[in-house]
Amino acid sequence: MQNKMSRNIYFIPYVLWIALFVIAPILLILYYSFFDIEGNLSLINYQKFFTPVYLKMTLSSFWYAFLITGISLLVAYPTAYLLTKTKHKQLWLLLIIVPSWINLLLKAYAFIGIFGTYGVANGFLEAIGIGKQQILFTDFSFIFVSVYIFIPFMILPIFNALDEMNPTLLDAANDLGASRWMTFRRVIFPLTIDGVKTGCQVVFIPALSLFMLTRLIAGNRVITLGTAIEQHFLVTQDWGMGSTIAVFLIIIMFLIMFVTGNRKQGV
Amino acid sequence: MKKLVQMFLVISVVSALLLYAISRLNTSQGFTSSYTLTIYNWGDYIDSDLIDRFEEETGIKVIYETFDSNEAMMTKIEQGGTTYDIAIPSEYMIDKMREEDLLVPLDHSKLPNLKNIDERFINLPFDPENKFSVPYFWGTVGIVYNSKMLGGKEITAWADLWDNDLKNEILLTDGAREVMGMGLNSLNYSLNDTNEEHLQEAKAKLDTLTPNIKAIVGDESRMLLEAQEAAIGLVWSGVASEIMAENEDLEYVVPEEGSNLWFDNMVIPKTTKNVDAAHQFINFMLDPEVAAQNAEYVSYSTPNKEALKYMPEEVVKDERFYPSPELTEKLEVYENLGKKNLARYNELFLEFKMHRK
Amino acid sequence: MSNKLSPLSKAFLVLIFLVLYAPIFFLVFYSFNSGGTMYDFKGFTFEWYKELFQDTRLLIIVLNTLVIALLSALIATIIGVIGAIGIRSFTSSKAKNTLLSLNNVLIVSPDVIIGASFLILFTMAGIKLGFYSVLLSHIAFSIPIVVLLVLPKLQEMSPTLIDAARDLGASRWDVLTKVILPYILPGIFAGFFMALTYSLDDFAVTFFVTGNGFSTLSVEIYSLARRGISLNINALSTLLFAVTLLLVVVYYFITQRVRQTGMGGRR
Repeated sequence: MQNKMSRNIYFIPYVLWIALFVIAPILLILYYSFFDIEGNLSLINYQKFFTPVYLKMTLSSFWYAFLITGISLLVAYPTAYLLTKTKHKQLWLLLIIVPSWINLLLKAYAFIGIFGTYGVANGFLEAIGIGKQQILFTDFSFIFVSVYIFIPFMILPIFNALDEMNPTLLDAANDLGASRWMTFRRVIFPLTIDGVKTGCQVVFIPALSLFMLTRLIAGNRVITLGTAIEQHFLVTQDWGMGSTIAVFLIIIMFLIMFVTGNRKQGV
Repeated sequence: MKKLVQMFLVISVVSALLLYAISRLNTSQGFTSSYTLTIYNWGDYIDSDLIDRFEEETGIKVIYETFDSNEAMMTKIEQGGTTYDIAIPSEYMIDKMREEDLLVPLDHSKLPNLKNIDERFINLPFDPENKFSVPYFWGTVGIVYNSKMLGGKEITAWADLWDNDLKNEILLTDGAREVMGMGLNSLNYSLNDTNEEHLQEAKAKLDTLTPNIKAIVGDESRMLLEAQEAAIGLVWSGVASEIMAENEDLEYVVPEEGSNLWFDNMVIPKTTKNVDAAHQFINFMLDPEVAAQNAEYVSYSTPNKEALKYMPEEVVKDERFYPSPELTEKLEVYENLGKKNLARYNELFLEFKMHRK
Repeated sequence: MSNKLSPLSKAFLVLIFLVLYAPIFFLVFYSFNSGGTMYDFKGFTFEWYKELFQDTRLLIIVLNTLVIALLSALIATIIGVIGAIGIRSFTSSKAKNTLLSLNNVLIVSPDVIIGASFLILFTMAGIKLGFYSVLLSHIAFSIPIVVLLVLPKLQEMSPTLIDAARDLGASRWDVLTKVILPYILPGIFAGFFMALTYSLDDFAVTFFVTGNGFSTLSVEIYSLARRGISLNINALSTLLFAVTLLLVVVYYFITQRVRQTGMGGRR
């Protein structure tokens, strides 16, 4: 608190970034959202957003993002927990991240091959007697691949939170006769809640605007707000409508941040 | 802290080394020379040996950049900031780009080889008198089907797709014009129709196709069809000819109700800094021998009549990919419908996609 | 460290790693396919690797990609850490939430929108498209993920720690380098690696802001999709993957040795 000035000087690059690369684009998007497809000033895009087509799309985006986040958390938490118990935990953690450096389109193509009618997954199902199933272009494959892509983003913050935890706390809990479930619920989970929250944010927010996988893996059976924006920018060249959907995405994100952020006041 | 400083230093040093390597490579490739020509094209859509040959013959250094959609390409050219001397857009884009004043008129006196192009493909509605564009490759939109998977069934018309036996077998392409066009054609309307009632009718017709549709995909359809993931696909003829070379059970047909005739064309965008070299390049690509070599590499149909003489007979005589004038007569080229109508097409297409669930 | 992993936990971890690496093994496997496709393995060949080494253009593109990824991740990490420290120093939770929401705008916005608006900004500012515009954009969209991953570590830190250091006469700089940074180190590394991921994976933003002959691997791969991705891209990914894996493991064991002989166990 002593000299606010010097704090602000350190802060300049970040503020500059916010001004140039966040505020300026938001203003640009807002500006575009008030133009209809023929370049006239109008509110038609906002009107259009409240038609059943887009509302339905918003709901389904939410639903899928919610599923993806939930499943990622269910997989990532135990993984992160077990990773902290391994011998070379930092190395294993790095190895979790490495696959994400291979190009996404290539990995999607690989998944098409794996989940295809003659792919490994179906070969396995056949071998255990279930028989061939349609896996590609289903909700299952879409959620599976999305979770696959987001999982490192969920594991990292949770791992960091778990890793810092003081082992004596657990010993103390054990000594006091707490069951493992009790220890988890009362000691471990609350202490890692910040990590979990970060993980959910970095998964849920981008999951809302997923687009490429909706086509590659779900064969356009899943339509999200991201897909629609993509279409408006790259196919119709209706930047107004695309921007309008983006405005709503940003508003939704702000709402989420305030709802999840308020719980911890005065930290 | 030591670790942080270490990391900082290591990355800086590695980056510096990489930058040095890049600049060495760039100079050795001549990319820094001032007399350059920048080509903006789809990925892998030219035989790179021809670029080398052009460089040798003219002493002009070629920079090859790629895009993955017409619209994205147009946005880049519209915004400027980079110099493109040649671009290869599809036909409907040319009208749009001309409207936005993004094209440089061609000087026909510098393009003596223009005479090699088949008359059928000269003076087309999207660019009367070829003021701005020269056709690069052409083709049709049609149906690829796997006769083995369909048990010898033959497909000749759009209407054949609405068959109850074809459940979950069809791959559509993720394009509003193509899919709506198929709906319109199957009702014997023009695929440039803008009548709202006709469009609604087409969309309703498409909705009834839903049970037969496996997925609506993009470029990956080639891989899915090759791998027999689905038996039927709505594709461009160029894609068809390539995958048929890989899988001999595949058959290609242009539906009898009519379909789309497409062109990819060479243009000189407004961003050019080297109009002269651009003309030289276009003329070079129109050379019969060059065009033949390019067509063999890319395996799409060339509009260059003289080039056909240099190509294997079984390719040139293949009616599926070099349809006769009588057949092309029945096909339609996409017109630029204007933004509003295009938006309507897209809206209906979006609703059709959502209907699937 | 004391508790050994149970067999069940081990099996779980093995499964996670198998799934994470499955698509990569798939790509590697087919890079040796003489059949030229990613579904029907005809025979073993090194042809694609040979082809790869003759392609100087592709080599330049790979080097470009690496430079951009490393530099942008480095700079984004620095600015992001500064930003996170700045955000933490705000006492009101409202200000904090607002800043954080602004921070997240780029995460929620689909790539096309970011790309298009950056393109407009760059051309308005008269910045020549190419290396610098791509670098700036990558820094810009990587900063928020760094902030998000560093912040929970900072929040965990008790304020009394800093006060204590201050009371003992430590300067602001000392507090930063001797107390804060070492404590948030795991967060910083997590941020850096995720920034790398963002940069390596990005296609749409780079596409819009690049020009004048500068290209990255993602842009190249996506533009190949129309004509089919040839297997030398698989070969390339295989090589990059192998090198990365090697670097990660070597780096880890070197730092391990240094730590053991040099600084003693403290991280």
